[in-house]
Amino acid sequence: MTSPGTNRLAMGRFAPFAVLAFFALLPFWMTDQYFLHVLIITGIFIIAAISLNLLLGYTGQLSLGHVAFFGIGSYASALMSIGFDLNVFGWMLVVTPKPVWFCILCGIFVAGLAGWLIGKVSFKIRGAYFVIVTISFAEVMRLVALNWIDLTEGPMALNNIPPLTLWLPFAGETTFWSKVPNYFLVLSIAAICFEIVRRIVVSRVGRAVIALRENEPLAMSVGIDVTRYLLIITVISAAMAGAAGGLYSHYVRIIDPDVFLFIFTVTMVIMVVVGGKGTLWGPIVGGLLFGIMPEALREFAAPEVQWIIYGVAMIIVLIFLPQGIVPAVGSWLQSRRHGSEPPATPEPPGAKGAADPS
Amino acid sequence: MLELKDIECRYGKISAVRGLSLEVKEGEFVTLIGANGAGKTTTLKCISGLLPAAKGTITFQGKDISNAPAADILAMGIGHCPEGRRVFPYMSVEENLEMGCYLRKDKDAIHEDMEQLFDRFPVLKERRKQAAGTLSGGEQQMLAISRALMSRPKLVLFDEPSLGLAPNLVDRMFQIVRDIRDQGVTVLMVEQNAYAALELCDHAYVLESGEVTLKGTGSELLENPNVREAYLGT
Repeated sequence: MTSPGTNRLAMGRFAPFAVLAFFALLPFWMTDQYFLHVLIITGIFIIAAISLNLLLGYTGQLSLGHVAFFGIGSYASALMSIGFDLNVFGWMLVVTPKPVWFCILCGIFVAGLAGWLIGKVSFKIRGAYFVIVTISFAEVMRLVALNWIDLTEGPMALNNIPPLTLWLPFAGETTFWSKVPNYFLVLSIAAICFEIVRRIVVSRVGRAVIALRENEPLAMSVGIDVTRYLLIITVISAAMAGAAGGLYSHYVRIIDPDVFLFIFTVTMVIMVVVGGKGTLWGPIVGGLLFGIMPEALREFAAPEVQWIIYGVAMIIVLIFLPQGIVPAVGSWLQSRRHGSEPPATPEPPGAKGAADPS
Repeated sequence: MLELKDIECRYGKISAVRGLSLEVKEGEFVTLIGANGAGKTTTLKCISGLLPAAKGTITFQGKDISNAPAADILAMGIGHCPEGRRVFPYMSVEENLEMGCYLRKDKDAIHEDMEQLFDRFPVLKERRKQAAGTLSGGEQQMLAISRALMSRPKLVLFDEPSLGLAPNLVDRMFQIVRDIRDQGVTVLMVEQNAYAALELCDHAYVLESGEVTLKGTGSELLENPNVREAYLGT
């Protein structure tokens, strides 16, 4: 069911446009600025979750330091927009403030480069090693951001990060001070990321990494250069997380080393796993759920109680829908459509029996 | 067609295959038999480039392919049908077959080949959209064999095609392998089911702890008292 080209995608033909239209129209009747703020932050995390899903869901490689790419993207973009001087072996590198759109692109590039490095060092030996390398990488990046005070201001944080300024049709030169333009910006970037992932999944590269996830020795035996394709996907995923980071820094306009905290990676993983890893909609559903739920609960429950509800909700989802919400809804829809016919999907990957000869 | 000279393969410090030499002539059906851990699977992996050879040379159609990348070896015409989990469980039958010709670009010919395989195995055609993990063991093996053929190999390596199959399916599987040979594809097969393998093959090699201890035609080895005692249980 997680494979490309199956009939599950039939339902997906119009759904993306319907969802996009819904969210595009939302600010016209939803005038609550606070709620828009929540949606913007949620949207930024959904972009990060989409990028993590590309790696975790489709290649099966768990990046437990995915926040590193997010943080690198946000620091790179913020620094470029504020400007900085750097003493590189006695040679002064002076960067004057650059336009924000250009800075976000730089953030995407630097994050992609970091992804390439990490992939290069860890994909010779995959699996657990990749997890360890990524965790350490994120933690090292946090310590660098904390201690390289000349560049990052350390715990004093980088503040006064300029918001995005763009030339827009009808509006002319516009600075994104208010919620609504930021909301549309995040929405469009999220839509672009969704489309990028959708295209990758049905492409040759996508096929190759899905084959790797399902059966590595077999993937190699059909002539797939596994390491190379994994590296490509890691770079794309890291760059996408970097884009989310860039959006974050120019929306929130202050960042400190806490953007590298492990808890953010955990949040992304939870969004992907609960929503349904290896599905296009998984990170979106999971992201909306875990982005909005804390706010929805805020009126009724104290923060401590909220965390408990949060945890219980996650456990319940994983017990009853071990594959995540999206696959469960998908097979429910399919079984309704086909009546009693059993769904044409094997058991979950954990049940090895599905692939064993009978 | 294929020649291995003095091959040594290691997993870390342990050598699984030592000083192995064998030859497969064009159009032949050759089997490797031997007990568990004799190095049969290792030998096949080494030929198809999944495992580097520590020593020795492998030549295929006059070209040295020792330590060439797996993709290049496949492109030269050696297909590999590995043992164990044989299919991509979440991909459909059709997608599994497409993976088999991942390196090919000729779409029309791919489509033709696929239709031919569907004619040979109608059950796969019936289930072309179904996830491969839901097929029975025998059907999965048919799919695995078909996938190996999708790369249009000149030589196919089969690793234990009978493993885990019901007895009536085992005969069927050997017949399929035999048919493939009769259509002009050279076959190198690893089997534990020594009797059936020896009956069908042209030449056979017996492997014991990483070395070739016996070789000959299938019928010669069937008559050999040592083989009868060790592998045929008579």
